Amino acid sequence: MSRQRLSLWWFVGTLVFALVLMLVPLPHVLEPFKPYWPALVLLYWALESGDQRITLGLAFVLGVGADLLNGVLLGEQALRLCVLAFIALRFRSRLRFFPMWQQTLAVLALLVNDRFLLLIVRAFAGEATPPAMWWASPFVSAALWPFLFLLLDDLRMRLRLQ
Amino acid sequence: MPLAREESSPLFAGTAAGTLRLIFYLALAMVLMVLDHRNGWLWRLRYATSIVVEPVYRLASLPADGMHALGVAFADRRMLTEQNQRLREDLLLANAKLNRMSAVAEQNQRLKELLDTQRSLGLHVQMARVIGIDLGAYRHLMMINLGARDGVKTGQPVIDAHGVMGQVVDVLPNSATVMLVTDPDQALPVVIERTGLRTVAYGSRSGEQLTLPTIPMAADVRVGDKLLTSGLGGRFPQGFPVGEIRSVGPAPTGMFLEAHAMPSADLDRSDEVLLLHDLAEPVGPPPPPPSAGPPADGAPAPASTAAVPHASVPTVPTSPAKPKAAQAGVPQT
Repeated sequence: MSRQRLSLWWFVGTLVFALVLMLVPLPHVLEPFKPYWPALVLLYWALESGDQRITLGLAFVLGVGADLLNGVLLGEQALRLCVLAFIALRFRSRLRFFPMWQQTLAVLALLVNDRFLLLIVRAFAGEATPPAMWWASPFVSAALWPFLFLLLDDLRMRLRLQ
Repeated sequence: MPLAREESSPLFAGTAAGTLRLIFYLALAMVLMVLDHRNGWLWRLRYATSIVVEPVYRLASLPADGMHALGVAFADRRMLTEQNQRLREDLLLANAKLNRMSAVAEQNQRLKELLDTQRSLGLHVQMARVIGIDLGAYRHLMMINLGARDGVKTGQPVIDAHGVMGQVVDVLPNSATVMLVTDPDQALPVVIERTGLRTVAYGSRSGEQLTLPTIPMAADVRVGDKLLTSGLGGRFPQGFPVGEIRSVGPAPTGMFLEAHAMPSADLDRSDEVLLLHDLAEPVGPPPPPPSAGPPADGAPAPASTAAVPHASVPTVPTSPAKPKAAQAGVPQT
């Protein structure tokens, strides 16, 4: 029972930590390369636990939380994370058994798709088109994916959490 | 058959219920976005939940603060001594200048009293610390650690030692968001120091520069000219440095000159900023002063001269969030 509760806290903790990490500023030069942490952590849990834990409702709530903290438009990240979670859950059974490099490519595709969504939302909101460096973030996120996945998996194994 | 598919984890096709749920959440998100875009719910919600949001901001700024503290802790002794020496010299120089200026300021004050203007050289400021968090890449925003409880209001100008940084756009109980001068939504009425030409500086879409897209073709503008706030528009008080012109060329439309300027404030590096409390004069032509000029009975003539500099400008941007509106009525000389 307490083990179960602990693993729930671990799950919520990683999501909250991802939100805080999203707020932490990087040095000015590295700013465009900042990965989209909430999406990465959400993807990890979507692949790991599937729809026992990650539902569209949870993705929506996480997105609204992220918007509340550093959003431009309320509901923007909720929309993006919902789409992300939906695709990841739909293809979960295949993505899980991909070798790591294929999984990384799939994550890259998901995150680039996410950037396109963001671009569309921003265009509708009447904002300026971002510079070319803005597209660097999904690539950095995808490059970090294997490490994040292995780290989280390893920690989960060590702590013997679900 | 469909029952069996329901139970086993489907490899290729999901269920219709899942798709419906997605559509529901997407619709919900879109409704939220539209409502927020129309009514600005985000900041109201942020204000309402500030008891949760603000501690998270403080928490997220800890690494930046920590890096700063580490930088100080592990700084070279020699470097600190050097910095101290330089600061002392700066202070000495500034004090010497101030002493020389005080006489001039006093004289200026007396002359201004004679002219019956209310502008003063004194500054009423509040010091604020920058909270190091990331408010979304490519948003030219900054958070400071003063908020509604410290009397901060929307629209207050923020400066640093070198010039204008921006203005407060949103206020939470214990923190506030500052829109920097480089934000594309920001329009700042400026005057070129050397020639006195009035124009408007906008933030630029990309990069860290200011754009002045509407300078008349015949105007005398050179690289290296300094920009000051003109005090028109009622947001920024007069006479603060804004930037320095780096390039001048014909605008793409061919009807104006377009200049690019480098902001003089340290937008990336400032740790502590000053929040101005004395605002500029109100927007539009000022009401005729009740007792203008030395003789109380001969009011009309001096009153009209006092109103001239304002009357020559049709409209100045009242709100920086509407650069389009400002574009329509850009003040020309």
